[in-house]
Amino acid sequence: MSKVSIEIDGKPIEVESGTYLLEAVRDLGVDIPAPCRYPYLKPKPSCRLCSVEISEGADSVSKIVTSCNYPVTAGLKVLTNSEKAIEARRAALNNLIGRTAPTTLLGDLAAQFKIDNPKWGHKYVTCIFCKLCIRVCDELVGAKALSFKKVTDQDTTSIKLDPEKCILCGACAFVCPTNHIKLEEAQDRPVVHSEMSLGPNAAISLTFRQAVPNVPRIHTEQCIHFTMGGCQVCSEVCPKDAIHYDQPDQIEEIEVGTVIMATGFQDFDPTPMKQFGYGKYPNVISAIEFEQMNNAAGSTGGKILLENGAEPRSIAILHCIGSRDDNYHKYCSRVCCMYALKFAHLAKEKTDAEVYQLYIDMRAFGKGYEEFYHRLLDEGVNVIRGKGAEVVPVSYKRSAEGGLIVRCEDTLIGKFREIPVDMVILCTALEARSDAAAVGRKFNISTGADGWYIEAHPKLAPVSTTTEGIFLAGVCQGAKDIPDAVAQGSAAAAQAMRLLNKGEVLMDAAYAEIQEQFCSGCRICNGLCPYNAISYEEAKKVSYINSALCKACGTCVAGCPTGAIKARHFTDEQIYAQIEGILT
Amino acid sequence: MAKPKLAIYWAASCGGCDIAILDIEDKILDVANFFDLAFWPCAADFKYKDVAAMPDKSITLTLFNGAIRSSENLEIAELLRAKSVVMCAFGSCASEGCIPGLANLTTLKEICDYAYLKSPSTVNPEQIIPQPKTKVPEGEISIPVLWNTVRTLPQVIDVDYIIPGCPPQSNQIAAVIEAVIDILQNGKPLPPKGTVLGATDKSCCDECPRKRDVKKIKKFVRPFSIVPDPDICLMEQGIVCCGPATRSGCGAKCVIAGVPCRGCYGLPSHIRDQGAKMVSAIGSVIDSQDPEEIERIIATIPDPMGTFYRFSLPDSLLRRNQA
Repeated sequence: MSKVSIEIDGKPIEVESGTYLLEAVRDLGVDIPAPCRYPYLKPKPSCRLCSVEISEGADSVSKIVTSCNYPVTAGLKVLTNSEKAIEARRAALNNLIGRTAPTTLLGDLAAQFKIDNPKWGHKYVTCIFCKLCIRVCDELVGAKALSFKKVTDQDTTSIKLDPEKCILCGACAFVCPTNHIKLEEAQDRPVVHSEMSLGPNAAISLTFRQAVPNVPRIHTEQCIHFTMGGCQVCSEVCPKDAIHYDQPDQIEEIEVGTVIMATGFQDFDPTPMKQFGYGKYPNVISAIEFEQMNNAAGSTGGKILLENGAEPRSIAILHCIGSRDDNYHKYCSRVCCMYALKFAHLAKEKTDAEVYQLYIDMRAFGKGYEEFYHRLLDEGVNVIRGKGAEVVPVSYKRSAEGGLIVRCEDTLIGKFREIPVDMVILCTALEARSDAAAVGRKFNISTGADGWYIEAHPKLAPVSTTTEGIFLAGVCQGAKDIPDAVAQGSAAAAQAMRLLNKGEVLMDAAYAEIQEQFCSGCRICNGLCPYNAISYEEAKKVSYINSALCKACGTCVAGCPTGAIKARHFTDEQIYAQIEGILT
Repeated sequence: MAKPKLAIYWAASCGGCDIAILDIEDKILDVANFFDLAFWPCAADFKYKDVAAMPDKSITLTLFNGAIRSSENLEIAELLRAKSVVMCAFGSCASEGCIPGLANLTTLKEICDYAYLKSPSTVNPEQIIPQPKTKVPEGEISIPVLWNTVRTLPQVIDVDYIIPGCPPQSNQIAAVIEAVIDILQNGKPLPPKGTVLGATDKSCCDECPRKRDVKKIKKFVRPFSIVPDPDICLMEQGIVCCGPATRSGCGAKCVIAGVPCRGCYGLPSHIRDQGAKMVSAIGSVIDSQDPEEIERIIATIPDPMGTFYRFSLPDSLLRRNQA
């Protein structure tokens, strides 16, 4: 690209030939309004607010052009603030005002161009017919969902959406200069709390802030490019050319000697417990949402706020939501009592709210925990022994105002209580991840009735599993707090190191083996092994047990119809002899 | 030198075993040449008193087929044991009870009631049920006592060898006879006592040419209700095939023809209860984790007792209905 010299407002500058005039002017720091310009669409003048006066060559007649789509040529002289240019822009602005309803954008411009008493052409429709929305939908997104429509009774036009074609990407609302197109209608829960979602809200985002490697990724299911084939704006703006749409997923195989399972937990979803109104009343939030709110980098900047943005006057913290509950999880989640106390402390520190703790038993068993509980009592937190039974709005007529009533039985004073609060925090149970069993099968470890991974022995081998070389750390083995998880993680690391240093593994002498001479290859045992230790040898037409994988559970021994599988040290003969011994 | 003596007897059996012996075709001539036929009620006219008159151990080989379910069966079994050098339980009835053994699912009274009174084809207006002893003008006459429980031959007498099958396959019978002649003529050592002759240690699957894969069964079907794929394991197609828990030796004739193995060759050497093993094998390959669905799948197996214990009930751990 060759450079050309032009002159703007008397200043000579060099720009690349073919640049649009508007960019050259803006590079100089001269502000020209151009609401219908969007950098990733080809310029198409419709508002004409970017008009400037130009003259090509020394003796040519000056003329008014729209700078957004005028390519520069050598020797061009530009006047951005000449009377003629300003008059042209004022005329264009008056033209726009005459077709639309008042908006901030045009109102500010009217003041800037000293148009007193602008004659607004319409009461409601704020569209200025820039066509950006239609063009972005057609050209970038490719959905072609928008078109003009005649508003018949009001003598104007507006934008029509074809809901069949719309992919809800929001690009039209994003480019609309007057906010005539809004996205709010598509959302069920407006305002603060709905943004606490930990999930991505743009098609390109960091998975989470501490993610490793800490780079954004494209969520293809939300990306316009991957859904419609268009857009690619991100690759245009990326200065490092780091965006490749056709980069394939890479599956890496890593050979390891030992594995530590630290897959963690998932939060219990309290939505099915209708009595607490989670998901129904906006100020009923889960513990992790409250935690997110308290994060200085979170959605409210660390402030404790209600859905409407006000500070709560009273907060109820309900313990044991989903845990210690026969209908959901029978176990105690162990961490909730203490974080509930921490929540009370945070609420007391950040707000003037009354705080109520509704607990079954206060389990403050750790080091320094009981002392913290007493400190909270001194801070004036109301502790009520009795599980929160129900959360209802103060009155159904005024439920929009958000007031809530928590019903419970206070078992210490033997009374039924109704406590009016602004906010309810549900201390939800820790539960095993929904895919824990499937992941466990891959590693030949099993899950218990409550979904946690089972350790080899609850007392003597608390970090080992029944599969040699695979260890457990953290909540995937059972609910525990951070100190316990760290302790277990350290123990698991030490166990793994022990094996790695030794370089060899001691095996249990008890395992099942197939006596080849009696195996007929019926393959009944093939699908039975929970440890995937059995394979079929096509050539010999017999099944084979990998003794390194076998855990001597005996399932195949019982299943083998010919008795060809022998459980070493637990043979049928031994068991018959034991039975006979007992019976004689 | 006198020829070695051969005895063949049928107790509670259908006669199929005797026919299977005749079915060895021209080999039967070798039998006739080599042996002196001492006793074969099915084929020739012998009297029990003739056998009783023989000296002990004078019969070289006895092939005993049929289960023991009457006083007569036991009497002749004990008689032949005393007179024979080698006693061989021949066929499924003698060795494990077989079809007559299914009588152990019910009682003698129920069987007699049905056979003599209730069966639709019975006309018995005087309600006569045979009695062991009956008084007639000439005095008292008696017939053998039918017992409540059917037993196998090894349960009542000492048996040297077992030849399984319902009936034993003729090629296997011929092979056994050849081996016996070989032993007697050439002085070869006898196989160890208790050996199962005319069969192998593996299961029927070993001889089955069908292609087998990992089994996952969602529904059991009866053989007539589908047209089975000729190349794929019948059990994988949902047909209850007892082949996996049945001794091989028969040549897998049934499964090759598309009919599931019924289990007549009895249990392989390493298990104690064919039916129980079959149940645990079938239970292992049901493809469901949901108890209710598993119940539904199991309910599609018709007549589990008759399917899994068709041949082996008296010899099994269950033995008989205790009611």
